[in-house]
Amino acid sequence: MENRAIFSGRLLAPLLVLPQLAVSLIFFYWPAAQALWQSFLVQDAFGLSTEFVWLENYVALLKTPEYYHSIGVTFVFSTLVVAFSLAIGLLLAVMANRNIKGVQIYRTFLIIPYAVAPAVASVLFIFMFQPGLGMIARALQRAGIDWNPVLNGNHAMILVVIAAVWNQISYNFLFFLAGLQAIPKSVIEAAAIDGARPWRRFWTIVFPLLSPTTFFLIVVNITYAFFNTLGIIDTATEGGPNAATQTLVYKVFQDGKAGADLGSSAAQSVILMIIVIVLTAVQFRYVEKKVHY
Amino acid sequence: MVEHRRFGNLLPHIVLLIGVAIVAFPVYLAVIGSTHNDVVISNGQMPLYPGSHGIETYWKTIVSGTGKTTREPVGSMLISSLIMAVGIAVGKIAISIISAYAVVFFSFPFRMTTFWIIFVTLMLPVEVRIFPTYKIASDLHLLDSYSGLILPLIASATATLLFRQFFMTIPKELVEASKMDGAGPIRFFFDTLLPLSMTNIAALFVILFIYGWNQYLWPLLITTRDDMQTIVIGIKKIIDVKDALTEWSVAMATAVLAMLPPVAVVVLMQRLFVKGLIETEK
Amino acid sequence: MANVALRNVRKAYPNGFEAIKGVEFEVEDGQFCVLVGPSGCGKSTLLRMVAGLETITGGDIDIGGRIVNQVEPADRDIAMVFQNYALYPHMSVYNNMAYGLRNRGMAKDAIETRVQEAARILELNALLDRKPGQLSGGQRQRVAMGRAIVRQPKVFLFDEPLSNLDAKLRIAMRVEIRKLQRRLNTTSIYVTHDQLEAMTLADVLVVMNGGRVEQIGNPLELYEKPATTFVATFIGAPPMNLMSLTDSDIRLPSGAADAGIVGVRPEDFHLSNGSLPEGGLAVELTVEAIERVGAETYIYGMRAQKTGATAISAKPGELPPGEVLVRIPGQSAPAIGARIRAVAARDKLHVFSADGRQRIAP
Repeated sequence: MENRAIFSGRLLAPLLVLPQLAVSLIFFYWPAAQALWQSFLVQDAFGLSTEFVWLENYVALLKTPEYYHSIGVTFVFSTLVVAFSLAIGLLLAVMANRNIKGVQIYRTFLIIPYAVAPAVASVLFIFMFQPGLGMIARALQRAGIDWNPVLNGNHAMILVVIAAVWNQISYNFLFFLAGLQAIPKSVIEAAAIDGARPWRRFWTIVFPLLSPTTFFLIVVNITYAFFNTLGIIDTATEGGPNAATQTLVYKVFQDGKAGADLGSSAAQSVILMIIVIVLTAVQFRYVEKKVHY
Repeated sequence: MVEHRRFGNLLPHIVLLIGVAIVAFPVYLAVIGSTHNDVVISNGQMPLYPGSHGIETYWKTIVSGTGKTTREPVGSMLISSLIMAVGIAVGKIAISIISAYAVVFFSFPFRMTTFWIIFVTLMLPVEVRIFPTYKIASDLHLLDSYSGLILPLIASATATLLFRQFFMTIPKELVEASKMDGAGPIRFFFDTLLPLSMTNIAALFVILFIYGWNQYLWPLLITTRDDMQTIVIGIKKIIDVKDALTEWSVAMATAVLAMLPPVAVVVLMQRLFVKGLIETEK
Repeated sequence: MANVALRNVRKAYPNGFEAIKGVEFEVEDGQFCVLVGPSGCGKSTLLRMVAGLETITGGDIDIGGRIVNQVEPADRDIAMVFQNYALYPHMSVYNNMAYGLRNRGMAKDAIETRVQEAARILELNALLDRKPGQLSGGQRQRVAMGRAIVRQPKVFLFDEPLSNLDAKLRIAMRVEIRKLQRRLNTTSIYVTHDQLEAMTLADVLVVMNGGRVEQIGNPLELYEKPATTFVATFIGAPPMNLMSLTDSDIRLPSGAADAGIVGVRPEDFHLSNGSLPEGGLAVELTVEAIERVGAETYIYGMRAQKTGATAISAKPGELPPGEVLVRIPGQSAPAIGARIRAVAARDKLHVFSADGRQRIAP
């Protein structure tokens, strides 16, 4: 980091960083350290004695089929959410980037989902997909589909994916639009003069030049699908039916709430922390480099 | 550009209209749902236009409560949500602007260490350290308090990074000039840095207000008393009674009320919102 | 190979702003035409209209005998060099040049031949695998040129291609562009705001102002016989002195009745206390400032009468009213505050109508 330190404040400066450091240490580092420490401990059933067991909790965790099931659910859920929300966001951004009238109005509508809390978004979709009364549920039933997210795991998955995608459209739309607007107009014009028709121009010029944005969004959307969708899942399905929508984060939450196995719960948290660290590291490395140029 | 597109400008309009419909329809349905009575909704007979029970439903939702599912009327939840959202936004901005100021403009021991300690918190989202954090909050007697709702969420590396990045663009000469004019660090902060940061602060406030308002997991754990609940948590309890027992009109009215403040902020302060969103992330 | 003709070309934006107000000129096959004018005069817009990047709202643009008003840029058979080069940042130099040929479905080995040939001409062979981000400004400029010439188009369009280069490189590239154009003999239209660039490059010079053509001709013609005071001050540096004939100290011995302004280029004045040559002009000045640049010296003198004609040619960077610039060879100059007399011969006077829109004599 460039050193532009201009004031010397042996007293003032520490005072200025103190609040943030205090909050960080108390509410971020200390709990994280505790999670790490607990993940190496086993407690007996009555909580009377604890034993340091090295990686035993991790080994035990990786032996439970439920954990693998949850990994699978997370994978399917994240892939669907990332793919659909990116594709829809990109399509809308490309269209809004064309020089047409009323773009401001479209944009105003398209940013609304960002302001809606995941749990509330979930409620909106439950209302539409509730068997018997939801508008879309009834349409599906009329079409002969035995729609029931309460009992059918696939239906439950579809429901939470739709709500999660809807909630994330604004974000991807705005970033893609900003990315598109950052592409120099003259490069597009040069390609037009070079004989590339709109479709070809998009895939040979625009899309490659958008790749920093796309990559950034993939990472952010994975993080979103992993962590920020807890409210959606908790409100819509509570991980069910039969753990069909129990993502890794939701499993930590459920296991922790049940309070049964502190060690295992802590081990799961630590694994998630490692995932976030990897994602963040990838994101920052990439942002520094900015590909291509 | 001279261009002959097959459908002219029709295609973008059609695609964007479909997009707007997808985005707006669920919200519209919630508004409609909040104006019909529960019998019509439960039968699946709800029409696509507003009904006549709106005022009654909102009165019930906000003020009187129903006794059946909401144990508290939503009015107090709105207040909790507002206090939490504003508290988080103001708190985050306050502590991150001063820490960024110190890190960029001061030389002091462990300056870089401080920066890294703040930076690494990016990698510790609340979801992965939720129960130990809960334990600490509980040990500090922060359960069911606004400080408990707000404090653990206000340390944010993103806001600090944004301010740091912005401060780095301020020319060194400006600081030197103000030093020559006899301004000390505190004066410089209030007379120069703060006025220059106003747009960034406003943009950040918009983003953080939404972030705070929409918090789910933390308030869910930290509040046990009904009167401390935020509206985003409250809504889950309303529909928790599944199927026909759910008071859908109240649920939808609550959803509408839960959406209204953040949506209004985003729509009315669109420019600041977009700026804040794009700059905090990059 | 083609000529380009513009017939009463107009551009009005939906908000009513008229950027181009009926422009008419023709560029012969193989000619180098330069559009020059101050910023905002519409020259770039006009070029972009020829390229098809802007639609036209009136008149016709004709390239090689075909009216192209409704033809897409891709089908006009033109190539353009942009001010910021507009290279494809994610493609190598080779692919930057090959892209246009691939889009047109040319065979791989034919592309290879053409690109290699262009690279040889522009000395880019060693850089073919680099990305634009790894090139210097001058090299990027060459790639932009290469991308234009591989296409072997009917017309080259240049939109201020040298304005992002430093002064030295700009002169070198200017010479190169001219040589290249002579060698390829391709009709070219070149936009610049730099009158020196315009003078040195053009076969035909089109001076534009406010969406209209002020004058068309070869560069020396424009220098020697500017049709309006605008052209008079725009072409030639430093610009021509303009003086109003209503001022009492400016007297033309024999003037046309409707003459309103007389112009004298700084280099056409000389200092003299002798008798006034037949039909010449003498101005009494108080020296205000002296600039010595080595081979010549600029003398800024103030006339006693200060109204001046400057308001007529409202160009930024103009001398203040009443000030006259005299450019004399060598380094000797009068002292500041001295009274001098600047004299111009009759054939060096440019006489314009009072509104500056018309040249009256000679």
